Amino acid sequence: MHGFLLGAALFLILLMALSLYRAAYGPTVVDRLVGANAIGSKTVVLLIIIGHLFSREDMFVDIALAYAMLNFIAVLAASRYFHKRKGLDAVEEEITPRIHWD
Amino acid sequence: MLDVLTVLLTLGGLVFFAGATMGILRFPDFYTRLHAAGKLDTLGALLTMAGLAVYNLDPFSMATLLTSLKIGLAVGFIFIASPTATHAIVDAGVRAGLRPWVKQEDEQQ
Amino acid sequence: MKPIDLEELSTNRREILQATQPPPKNPYVQKGLSLGISFLLLFGAWVLLSGKFDAFHLSLGAASSLFVAWISRDLLFPSGDVATLARSMAGVAAYTPWLLLQIVKSNIHVLRIAFARNPERLIHPHIISMHTKLKGEIPLVTFANSITLTPGTITIQVSAGNEVRIHALDYTTGDMDALREMESRVARAFGESD
Repeated sequence: MHGFLLGAALFLILLMALSLYRAAYGPTVVDRLVGANAIGSKTVVLLIIIGHLFSREDMFVDIALAYAMLNFIAVLAASRYFHKRKGLDAVEEEITPRIHWD
Repeated sequence: MLDVLTVLLTLGGLVFFAGATMGILRFPDFYTRLHAAGKLDTLGALLTMAGLAVYNLDPFSMATLLTSLKIGLAVGFIFIASPTATHAIVDAGVRAGLRPWVKQEDEQQ
Repeated sequence: MKPIDLEELSTNRREILQATQPPPKNPYVQKGLSLGISFLLLFGAWVLLSGKFDAFHLSLGAASSLFVAWISRDLLFPSGDVATLARSMAGVAAYTPWLLLQIVKSNIHVLRIAFARNPERLIHPHIISMHTKLKGEIPLVTFANSITLTPGTITIQVSAGNEVRIHALDYTTGDMDALREMESRVARAFGESD
């Protein structure tokens, strides 16, 4: 069981490294935000697995919970900040819906 | 018995996490990537953490029950926070005026 | 189309809320109930997170939960209406299993697209606008979050006049019925269906 959890942790780290590509190369700032958010949500699970590997679940679960909240607030703050179009080379036009339902 | 349940739940969660990463890397634009990130990551976290909570219960005591309940609390938080974070990101994209990717054949309709 | 004024939106919503809710009966009872519910929730969270049951830790928890409940007394449950709260909690409990099933279904759909050889061939992204009958803030938030979690759609905006803008990953004509069903289920869960 220990080996299985270790393998799961390593697989998660591989996925995080792949998501890092999106976080590093964009192309736009919001794409980077998507990548960073994906890494953060995997980190929460990774922290709990690490807690099991070190047999300190009680402590690492608290850290995971705090990290989940921190990640959420970081994403909210960053996306609020980019409301002001900083660093976004986007077209200046209104995005309108193509399909309307009543 | 509990171990089998743990392995099944965790493997299922890892499949969804892998799908989320593939979606983030392969989808054509920012909006479609958010579909993969917002949905698949949430279910992946739910399944993996459910598996870990079950594994944690194995020598059953008050302390392990509390730890499993805390994992449940974290899952509940992720279930409320993840769609909200997705919404915040998509809102930033729309306000900045990023055009969504539309298929050529749909464009002509 | 002019950009949406956030100030105007929130006052609109408040007016709608005030019009739909009956006036409070006794303000002191309402305030006390609101404080009590917040305190119980916070104290429960404290007990769960600390995991210590001796008198010292429990009294520390009670003191700090009471303090935070008093600070945020008009934040968490401003109406303090226990009957409505209990009913909507029961409604949410009934709604959650159906939502989980839908989440699993839509996730398998997106998973298949993500692992396909050529994902761009399979998807038809569109931005859709729809009107919703839901009035209260909590039902609207629940509906918007449910849309994000389920059938291949993400909520972009909920604007004044209850227009919901959605980005659909794989637009099909069946999406509309699925969202309508979800809307009526949310309405039923919060007791808004007439």
